[in-house]
Amino acid sequence: MIIHHPILGPRDSQEFVYLGDASLMNRPDGLTAGIEAFHDYLYNRDNPAGEHRELWYHEQGDRSWLVVTRNTVTHEIVRVELARDVAKAAGRTK
Amino acid sequence: MAEPLHALTALGHAAPKSLAIGPVAISERFDVALASLAIRNGRDGDVAAAAGKAGLPLPDPARFQAGTPFSAFWVAPGMWFVEAAFETHEDIEAALKPIFAGAASITEQTDAWVRFDLGAPDLQPLFERLSNVDFARSPDGFATRTVIEHIGCYLIRHGKGAVTLYGPRSSAASLLHALEVTARSLL
Repeated sequence: MIIHHPILGPRDSQEFVYLGDASLMNRPDGLTAGIEAFHDYLYNRDNPAGEHRELWYHEQGDRSWLVVTRNTVTHEIVRVELARDVAKAAGRTK
Repeated sequence: MAEPLHALTALGHAAPKSLAIGPVAISERFDVALASLAIRNGRDGDVAAAAGKAGLPLPDPARFQAGTPFSAFWVAPGMWFVEAAFETHEDIEAALKPIFAGAASITEQTDAWVRFDLGAPDLQPLFERLSNVDFARSPDGFATRTVIEHIGCYLIRHGKGAVTLYGPRSSAASLLHALEVTARSLL
């Protein structure tokens, strides 16, 4: 499987480490958001047959975190973004 | 008797090791100081300006750029490894810090790595066996992190017959072994 890194171009997926659902980036505040929201964040994952946004780490490359949108049925990779850009686009500063 | 305070090379000897296997020459380099340079949050402009003033190259992603006294290669967004001659810049961190005055984080890297320079008329047969880098299609000045026999390394392609490899110092002998065995398999 080839992942088209936004900066470095096509790279073998063997260079990457898979973390899981990209929603992990959006951690609720454990003190104010309530136990239900935090429980949902910690334990519940969607398991879609189709497009899935997931976090990949370019461990044997430039050490960047990527958000990869992958079709879990066909394994087609639709979109690859730097997690940093995704967080900034969502209004986060760091 | 050997001089007791003489630093040892990554391979544990007093002098760097060189060997030739067929057309492939492998030389351990002991005379290069290394430091990492990372832009601090929001200081991109300051770092670019300071580097420009000091004549320190900050190459584009996946590139190496030579300079005097500093050369550099890109390792991650906003981060580079800087090389300089060990003889004049043994304390490379102290040389770089005043240039960037707090806009970048500098970390000494000299003794964390082993450096091998490889030479041959064409190194492609060697690297197509050693790593997944598309060596033949990479441009000169290409710099990337890659894996050689499970060892994470930085590879800089100076030309089709000239490569610099940085590997973790604690795996220096294993990396050299991988290079030797692969070079022999080409004979």
